Amino acid sequence: MAKYSIFSLVLNSLTRHRHWRPAWRKAEPRPEYDVVVVGGGGHGLATAYYLAKEHGITDVAVLEKGWIGSGNVGRNTTLVRSNYMLDQTVPFYESSLKRWEGLSHELNYNVMFSSRGVLNLAHAPSQLDVFTRRANSMMLNGVDAEMLDTDGVTRLVPNLDTSPGARFPVVGGLLQRRGGTARHDAVAWGYARAADRQGVDIVENCEIEGFLREGDRITGVVTRRGEIRARKVAVAVAGSTSQVMALAGIEKLPIESHVLQAFVSEGLKPALDTVVTFGAGHLYISQSDKGGLVFGGDLDGYNSYAQRGNLPVVEDVVSAAVAMFPCFSRVRLLRHWGGLMDMSMDGQPIITKGPLDGLYLNCGWCYEGFKATPASGWTFAWTIARDEPHALNAPFRLDRFRNGYALDEKGRGPYPGHH
Amino acid sequence: MRILCPCCGERDAREFTYCGDASRVMPALDAEADAWAAYVWGRKNPRGPHEEYWQHAHGCRHWLRVTRNTETHEILSVLLEGPWRARHEAKDPR
Amino acid sequence: MSGYRLADGGLVDRATALSFTFDGKRLDGFAGDTLASALIANGVTLVGRSFKYHRPRGILSAGTEEPNALMTLGEGSRAEPNIPATTTELFEGLVARSQNRWPSLGLDLLAATRPLAPMLVAGFYYKTFMGPTKRSWMLFEPFIRRAAGLGAPPTGADPDCYDRRNHFCDVLIVGGGPAGIAAALQAARSGARVTLADDAAAPGGALRGSRTRIDGEPAGAWLARSIAELDALGATRLPRTTVFGYYDHQTLGAVERVTDHLATTDGSSPRQRYWIVRARHVVLCAGAVERPLVFPGNDRPGVMLADAVRLYAYRHGVACGRKVALFTNNDSAYGVVRDLSAAGAPLTAVIDARAEIPEACRRAAHDAGVELIAGSVVRGTHGGRSLSALDIGGVGGSGTVRRLDVDCLAVSGGWTPRVHLASQMGGPPTFDARLQSFLPGAPSTGWIAAGAMAGTLETAGCLAEGADAGDRAARAVGLEPTATPDIEVSEELTGYQPLVIPAIRGRGKAFVDLQNDVAASDVELARREGYVSVEHLKRYTTLGMATDQGKTSNVNAIALMAEGRAGGSAEVGTTRFRAPYTPVTLGALAGRHTGAHFQAERRTPMHDWHVANGAVMSPVGPWLRPRAYLRAGETLREAYIREAGNVREQVGVCDVSTLGKIDIQGPDAGKFLNRVYSNGFKTLAVGKARYGVMLRDDGMLLDDGTTWRLDETAYLMTTTTGAAAPVMQHLERLLNVAWPNLQVNVTSTTSHWASMSLAGPRARDVLADLLDETDVSGDALPFMAVRRSSIAGVPVIVARLSFSGELAYEIFCGAGYGLAAWRRVLEVGAAHGIMPYGTEALGTLRIEKGHIAGGEMDGRISPHHVGLAGMLSKRKPYFGSALANRDGLLDPERYEIVGLVSRAGEPLRAGAHVVSGPAGNPGPSQGFISSTTFSPALGKEIALALVKGGDARRGEVMYAADPVHRRHLEVDVVSPHFHDPDGTRMKD
Repeated sequence: MAKYSIFSLVLNSLTRHRHWRPAWRKAEPRPEYDVVVVGGGGHGLATAYYLAKEHGITDVAVLEKGWIGSGNVGRNTTLVRSNYMLDQTVPFYESSLKRWEGLSHELNYNVMFSSRGVLNLAHAPSQLDVFTRRANSMMLNGVDAEMLDTDGVTRLVPNLDTSPGARFPVVGGLLQRRGGTARHDAVAWGYARAADRQGVDIVENCEIEGFLREGDRITGVVTRRGEIRARKVAVAVAGSTSQVMALAGIEKLPIESHVLQAFVSEGLKPALDTVVTFGAGHLYISQSDKGGLVFGGDLDGYNSYAQRGNLPVVEDVVSAAVAMFPCFSRVRLLRHWGGLMDMSMDGQPIITKGPLDGLYLNCGWCYEGFKATPASGWTFAWTIARDEPHALNAPFRLDRFRNGYALDEKGRGPYPGHH
Repeated sequence: MRILCPCCGERDAREFTYCGDASRVMPALDAEADAWAAYVWGRKNPRGPHEEYWQHAHGCRHWLRVTRNTETHEILSVLLEGPWRARHEAKDPR
Repeated sequence: MSGYRLADGGLVDRATALSFTFDGKRLDGFAGDTLASALIANGVTLVGRSFKYHRPRGILSAGTEEPNALMTLGEGSRAEPNIPATTTELFEGLVARSQNRWPSLGLDLLAATRPLAPMLVAGFYYKTFMGPTKRSWMLFEPFIRRAAGLGAPPTGADPDCYDRRNHFCDVLIVGGGPAGIAAALQAARSGARVTLADDAAAPGGALRGSRTRIDGEPAGAWLARSIAELDALGATRLPRTTVFGYYDHQTLGAVERVTDHLATTDGSSPRQRYWIVRARHVVLCAGAVERPLVFPGNDRPGVMLADAVRLYAYRHGVACGRKVALFTNNDSAYGVVRDLSAAGAPLTAVIDARAEIPEACRRAAHDAGVELIAGSVVRGTHGGRSLSALDIGGVGGSGTVRRLDVDCLAVSGGWTPRVHLASQMGGPPTFDARLQSFLPGAPSTGWIAAGAMAGTLETAGCLAEGADAGDRAARAVGLEPTATPDIEVSEELTGYQPLVIPAIRGRGKAFVDLQNDVAASDVELARREGYVSVEHLKRYTTLGMATDQGKTSNVNAIALMAEGRAGGSAEVGTTRFRAPYTPVTLGALAGRHTGAHFQAERRTPMHDWHVANGAVMSPVGPWLRPRAYLRAGETLREAYIREAGNVREQVGVCDVSTLGKIDIQGPDAGKFLNRVYSNGFKTLAVGKARYGVMLRDDGMLLDDGTTWRLDETAYLMTTTTGAAAPVMQHLERLLNVAWPNLQVNVTSTTSHWASMSLAGPRARDVLADLLDETDVSGDALPFMAVRRSSIAGVPVIVARLSFSGELAYEIFCGAGYGLAAWRRVLEVGAAHGIMPYGTEALGTLRIEKGHIAGGEMDGRISPHHVGLAGMLSKRKPYFGSALANRDGLLDPERYEIVGLVSRAGEPLRAGAHVVSGPAGNPGPSQGFISSTTFSPALGKEIALALVKGGDARRGEVMYAADPVHRRHLEVDVVSPHFHDPDGTRMKD
């Protein structure tokens, strides 16, 4: 398969691009694999890629019920950062950020990772204290962080209202310069293409309808396109986790599905060079390479599988955007949509072996899924290949809630809708 | 969304506060830790009809037991919860 | 294209001339023009540059689907980018500028990238810009960003205001064309409360200015009569209002453009009004969009939609060219042939891809004296920045190529129903072979689609279908429809019969999506590379993702993808249509909730006094609280040290009105509190207060505070400021869900009370002078006693509690008396050396005492972390007790609260981490500093911190690591109770 580069692009333009091959094969499912990964989203595809690349396990199928990348990997607001606070979360997300930095090269697919900086605004002295704690936690874990004062914020984001008259005046901010954005769909396609080149079968339109079991052990899956046996079955289905796990007899999990809306404006000439998050409400905003302002806010706040939200949150999020950036008031909203968030009980994911033999589970990503894609795939592949967690994902156990080791970054308690 | 409050009539969902899964039953205070753990962290999280609490926070402040389809957002039933539940159910044969 | 104003005709007011500017050039138009019609009338052809290749583009359409003619309107802080000229009503002094070109529209140097066009195909970004280094993308990105985007955002805050309005109706009709008006009439006649929203300035849709006759009179007369009847029936008509989204439970969002079309306003109206419409039933009559045909060079200025050419002629009296040809594959375009002749702007030729042309169409062409070139297609276009000639040849590349000189080509590829709103609240749109397009899917809520949106293109059919929909909507809301009157419509062409030609191949790019520069070859490339799902197609090529959201391109792209696929377009399907239908101004959605009104601000009754007396205010959740009261020349630090010192030495008063207050009453109130608090509350006597700790269901700390027993069955609970709402909801949940049989009522009374804390060794002296009674001795009012009293006749509650560690009282009075009581306290206290103190001094005092507050209670803390394990009763179960002693919460390595003292006297900083190693080799974090202050009592810089295994580390020397501020300080780890650990001062 042709390597992507400026040379291959020039060469192919001479033949009117007639010779490009499919980025990944449309594989037919075989009756048996070493590993079946259920879910062709970013995490499932990354898992398959790292299984093949890092562990030499190439007899792998990724089963996707629709088209690959149809879930949250293609619906999010594309932020990538590792500005966390807890000693368990910082190393995990930092390992992800490091992988992002080399991902286009590694996959030979430009995922357009743009380290344009992520700025969290503080609006009260107490909030500045919390950000200082976070920044120091990052630095003690070897991660870049800077604290800005109001003038520093104004210089970085000139369109922001940093006046003392603002409803929530900006008193400073936490900046991670290495954070940024990436082109979301490209991540799914890039991993798919790279996994395919390692021999992984990517099977679209292949919804699973049940699991094959021998006693308590999972030995494969039943799909719309027949039974597929596997030594190991890995589930990475985000918003559908509860339904898929119910097929395996797991009736209750520490997750709820909620809807999170995302918004994009019409294309504009460059007006915002950094990712900015508002500290006195919930809003994050950046500008895509195509010029659209991409932003989002709080969950709609009720359990939902609908992938669409309602007006109250639209109003709240847009109000926050206009309050922060008064000059965006006349900019127009182009599109808004909803993603299905598998919200866990502490805002952090579960990446684990089990809960049944032969089964591996990766879920509960809340807001964190996109930025974690490389680390999620990498650690999940490790866990599947070695039957034990890597140190990076060891804290993300399923039993951490019961045992008192929750990873509650925001301190909101065991209430999925509050994270 | 719109919710038919049995006390106040149909109102916009923005008057209500979502209070989560109502199919869970709180164990007794002196129940075992495992029973509490299942209550606190276990969710069925159904795709389809879901029993849930909404409080009419900006209205009568009653707690409502709402059955709503999580896939379509259609509301299938609304019942008063709490001390008024018995009286409400006696009045409303549903 | 060289458009011009026809001698007569159109709905424009030729007596009212308007002048406007386009790219600085002064032009003229008439009232009733759109910016687009005026530009065409002035002979302007080139109006914009395309997104990717910067190709010259002209006006394509006459409506919301416009992909090319996007302008920046207005100037400075009123500039608004990306507005279609086709939907902009002309007004005197309008200022329009073209976009995405540099330095000018005519000479766009950004078009220099065009030689690279063969490389810049769909997905080229994904294949390159990856080298030579890992950060290469960061080098290329700024250039790509500058070349992309459309208009620039305005500079400065928006000077206009926006409004929000809630609206209720029985039947909402979306779209004011023939179907919508017929539906509105029938629904209103049945007695329904009807609202008719239409995005145009005047109702009528396709009937406006049309030659159709209804019931023997011109369509305009029928329209006027119908509107008058609707008004008489009390219908709400919303002109210039776009229903942009259909949300749950029959809620729809709409935006009304109130003053955008006016040259000047008196400021009494908002610029736009956002309507939240709750309709019991909805009739969708959103119409249909004409589809272009895909052929090489189809983006050249002068290529327009056929129906747009017609509309400009009969609505605005504007001809789009001197020599206009029509290119079509279906019958509907022959109406244009007739209408243009009637308007005095006849066509020169009709090119029809079909070899077999229905007789009615042939006759229409013949009657108009227009040459009919059958079985032929346009294979290419000529001209620089405007069309000059066409190459015409046979379908499929057969036949000789003939050149035809024209300056405008009207194109009709069939009709695409505007299914957007239906798709938002219904099943996936279904493919209709007759239309070669998609129809609304099955409704998932109460709506009916009628007219062109439902696939009915003829006026008579639209009127009948609309009336029927009106009847059905009336029935759906429980009303009995009236009889439908018969309506007679003049003869019209009724055929359609489109020939399916997804794309005509040849030299040059054949565009599918004009705004995002997606050509047929890009769609083919995407398919070749395996991006075959319609969503992959959209995302890989960016097709349909521009500001027009693919209104003219989606169906053509789907047809291209479907070529050679057994299931055809039906199998490919559509992507999901997302709101808004057309772009919506952010300011309109925000309404008044921006700037200072973004979120309601909460102020205590004493707020104005604080501000007038030097207070530095700071937000605490929604509240504003004084941090300290600065005297002339004083810094914040000096002020809080003075205030705190004064409390320790004399007396101070602090506004604590923001504390949460919950009134708890009922025979079971005591039992309830005993379950809610982790410590015993059974024995609390009337007239006494008790400090309590409550847990979440997972055993973590929810809140702490005191609860006062006012009489046998009445208690007053206080909470921290931030936890007021969560605690209230917690209590209500327990009473409603867990223990409905307990006879207890809870009511939030936070804002009913003004509260102040009077603290210091001389507090009792102040209290004695303040209260109407005199005995405030330790015996009469002992520690933790609560008593009702009065100040100058105003009833108050006084509780002897202490957060500061000093002799202290909390005084509660009705909020309305708060300011007077506060003033009185200061007046009476003056003789005793009273000073007000703010949250900084409050913090100092409680840190010296080792009391926990917000910095420590961060939601990850259990009583085992903060020295409150003794508050967990072992004699009773209570809420949270089952999970309060989980392994992780008792882990010897858990955080425990400690005090820190800065060894060198340097101030400590909250957010610093506690580490074992010196600067340069700090080692891992052992904990963090949660609160810091200078302690006037100790004369030292101190802090509270949560440190792993902290209790055992008292006496150690550790470091406060603050690498982000490049500070690393030695600290002594000590007990968190710095000052008066036995509490003798407050209990005396």
